[in-house]
Parts: sequence; structure tokens; C-alpha cells
Amino acid sequence: MTTLVSSAAEPAGPPFRGRLRVPSWVGVVPFFVYVAAFLILPTAIVVGGAFAGAHGPSLTNISALTQPYILDSFLHSVVLSAASAVIGAVVGAVLAYAVASGAPNGVIRRVVTSACGVLSQFGGVTLAFAFIATLGGAGFITLWLQEHGVNIYANGVWLYQLSGLILVYTYFQIPLMVIVFLPALDGIRPQWREATSNLGGTSWHYWRHIAGPLLLPAFLGCLLLLFANSFSAYATAAALINQGGIIVPLQISNALSSEVGLAQANLASSLALAMVVIVVVVTALYSWLQSRTARWVR
Amino acid sequence: MNRRRHRRLEPFRTIVLVVLGILFLVPIGAMVEFSTRGVGINSPRTLSSFTSIFSYPDLTGAIVASLELAAITSAAMLVLLLPTMVWVRLRVPRMVRVIEVLCLAPLTIPAIVLVVGLAPLYQWININLSDSILTLGFAYLILVLPYAYRSLDAGLSGVDVRTLSEAARSLGAGWATVVTRIIVPNMSSAVLNACLLSVAVVLGEFTIANLLNFENLQVAIATIGRANAGVSIAVAVASLLFVFVLLLALSFVPRPGSRRRRVRIGVL
Repeated sequence: MTTLVSSAAEPAGPPFRGRLRVPSWVGVVPFFVYVAAFLILPTAIVVGGAFAGAHGPSLTNISALTQPYILDSFLHSVVLSAASAVIGAVVGAVLAYAVASGAPNGVIRRVVTSACGVLSQFGGVTLAFAFIATLGGAGFITLWLQEHGVNIYANGVWLYQLSGLILVYTYFQIPLMVIVFLPALDGIRPQWREATSNLGGTSWHYWRHIAGPLLLPAFLGCLLLLFANSFSAYATAAALINQGGIIVPLQISNALSSEVGLAQANLASSLALAMVVIVVVVTALYSWLQSRTARWVR
Repeated sequence: MNRRRHRRLEPFRTIVLVVLGILFLVPIGAMVEFSTRGVGINSPRTLSSFTSIFSYPDLTGAIVASLELAAITSAAMLVLLLPTMVWVRLRVPRMVRVIEVLCLAPLTIPAIVLVVGLAPLYQWININLSDSILTLGFAYLILVLPYAYRSLDAGLSGVDVRTLSEAARSLGAGWATVVTRIIVPNMSSAVLNACLLSVAVVLGEFTIANLLNFENLQVAIATIGRANAGVSIAVAVASLLFVFVLLLALSFVPRPGSRRRRVRIGVL
């Protein structure tokens, strides 16, 4: 920053008193140095670690990914992300439609979007505790149902298993869907529906031939975004599940914090690399679908 | 003819909003219920979980640390990002795209991945620079980049940066004056937006702090929750409310220029 201000005091304007004109790249140096140190270097460390062996580069860590317990964690992560993304996208789209069809500056819209902002971002640990308070062993709903003769845990405590994670993740997926899908819904003009009815079309025609095809890429894009979102989530699962590594992020944290040493750090790197590859592919598909939506949503 | 459609839509909207509203309020209500329970089965409701927050020095320390980190990260974000964004717009327009890609990159690199690469880096920092929890600010600045960038970018595109800065400079203003007294006041709501989003991200951050063995707000909530769920749920309720009020306030900040540019918290 200091560099930026002091060096930037001269340029742009006329060269006062014959001072030197500072080259234009100087102003971006602090930013690039910072990003190189705290974003690019860590990423390079991950990639380097994934291919590091005891004696120079090797594929040991990558082949370590094929161990059954790691493959299981990848499978669990994919199931968890897909299930929570589909539920979140469908319910979130319905909620977004309910919001979008109301007054654009109404109280309901403000409250819903703010609440969605909080719940989608702040999820994490808070969300885990919310569910422990609701459905945990001494949770509000658990106790209430017990009083009425229903034991939701008759077949084992599923809250701390994969099915519990799907339910909990849905709670931050729905709000995220509302936030990312609202702009697409707002882009749908009421005039299009009016034009449809003027031409004798019904509601079905409108959804089947106009709104549906227009919204589909946006919907699929948001679905992918939700998938990537839950695939990379860690905090909620970590706060809910104290040990074991049923999903990839928990495996990474196990590998990172275990005392075994270097080999485990490299395993963490290869797990992390595999995660990035999946997230990048999903995100690339998302941006491609998003660019199709961008043609008509301004 | 639109009115007829609206009449059919009203019950649908009401049902969706009420049902989902209840679904989302139940866990939050359960947190309030849980954190106000007495010790015994039939003992009366009590606020002791809330009042005893202050008897946990670790917890109060973590709350203070998280608030400090939120302030540091927001300030550092403005100092690093805003001048850079203004600079590239004026002097190196071809870099705009590069800066954007770099700022949005953290969205595709999950925090759990970033922390794997940050771990060796922080080992070095903690030995050679400082082992204070405030060093987390370095990593948090990266985490808030996408949100801050979007917000500031939206603000800058509503301001004629070139004309304003040329006018100011021809009247003798220095570069720092241009940024702090000309550009910023013209996009104050975007700056505020960027700051509040950064605060929300930092206050909710768990992954990096936990795996680098720092005790911030979320880590403290998780740790204390293992021993006394009531207290940590009380803190969780309080912090949830705090961020909700923050974002609600944000949605009321007037947004000049575009009607379409609403609070963008998401990843869009």
C-alpha cells in the first residue's frame, strides 16, 4: 500500500516539475505480491505436496487415493453433495419464485434475502448446533416427539451420519439457491407472459415454451454451484461429527492434524488436489451455463 | 388479466413462505429453547447460559479476537483492493480481467484446500513473525476477496472514475486524496457493502482457524459445545442475530444507480 500511494502521487496528470512518470505496473505490485504469497503459493504447495515423494517427484500420494476408505469418502461426498444440491435447488427455486412474484421492494423480500444471506454464509458451526438443539439426543423436536410416543432414533442416531448431513446441508443449500436463482427469476419480464396470453397461450404453454427453457440453464447452473458448495463445506460436518472421516473434507483435516508426519501431509495435499479438480470442473460447467443465462438476464 | 393470475398466486406464495418459514425457524427456535433450559427437568427457564458467556475467558477472548479480525480484514481489504481496482481502471485497463480472475479464484479453491497449503506458510509466520491469532487476517483477506471484489466492482462501475480523478488531479489533488475524498464518497454504499460482507465472512469462519489451531469465535463455540452445549448455543444464537441485523441493515442502504443491483451475498 505504501508503495502504491507514494509511487502513485505523480502519474496520470501532467508531469509536474519534470518528475519521473511512474510505470503503470507499479500500482498493481502490492496486490500481486499479496495474492502470490497467500493464494498462489498455498495452491502451489498443495500441488507440489500431491506429487512429492521421499526422493523427488512421485505418484505415491495420488495412488494412495485409491485406498478403499478414501474412495468411500469420495463416494459419500458425492452422494451428500448431489442429494443436498437437488433438494436445495428444487425447494430453493420454489421459494425464490414465491419471493420474486411479490413486491420487489417489499418487507418479505428484504427479510427473506437477508435471512438467506445469513443462513447460506453463516451456516457452519452455528447450523450444526442448531440441529443438535433440534434433533440431537436432548433436542427440542426429539423430546417433543418422545412425549408423543415417537422415537425418531429407533433405528440408530442418524443425525451424525450421512443422512443427517444431507438434512443439515439442505438448510444452507436452500438459502444459497434463493440468492443465486433470484436474479434469473427477476430477469423474466411480465410482458412475456402477457404476450403469451395475448397469443392465446395458457399457463402451461408459458412455462413449457418460454419461462421453462429460459430458466433451465440458470437452474442447472445453480444446481452445480450448490453441488460445489456442499462438496467443499467443512465446518458443519466437523462440528457435527467428532471423529472419523466419512466425507473428503474430514479426511483432509484428519490427514492434516494427525501426528503421523510428512506422509500424511502429502496425503492431505493429494486429497485437496482431487477436491480442487472436481470443484473446478463443476464450476467451469456452472460458468458456461451462467453465460447462457447472461444473454437475457441483464 | 394480471390480477386474476395474482389471485391464484397469493395462496401459493403464502403457503410456500409460511411452510419454509416454519421449517427454518424451528431449528433457530430450538436453539433459543435449548439455551434457556434450566438444569433440572422441571426447573424454570433461565438465561444463565447467556449470562455465563462472560465467565468463559476463552470464549470472550475468542469473541474479541474475531471482532478484531473482522475489523482488520475489512480495513486491509479496502487498503489493498480499492486503490488497485481504481489504478487498473485508470492506468492498465488490460489488467482488469486478470485482477477479476484472481479475486474470484478463492471461490473455486475451498477453504479446506487452501488451509492445506497455508499450514506450512503459517508454521513459518508463527515462528518468524508472530504467533498471534490476528495473523489469520492474512488468510481471511483472501477469503473475502470475491465478495469484496464484486461489491466494489459494482460500485466503481456506477462512478465515472476517469473524469472524476482527472478533474480532481487538475485541481491539484494528490492520488491519495482522489481515492479517499473523491472516489470513496461517490460509492459509499458499495464500500459499506464490501465491509459488511467481509465482517460476515470473518465472523463465520471456522475451517482455517480450526486447522491452524487458532481459537476464533466459531472454534470456541465448537469446543465449548462439547462440554456445555447450552452456552455455545447461546453464543451461536447471539452471533446469528448479530449478522442477520447487519445484513438487514445493509438491505436498507440506498443503492443509487441501478434498481437491479441488490445485496449480493451469494456466489453469483
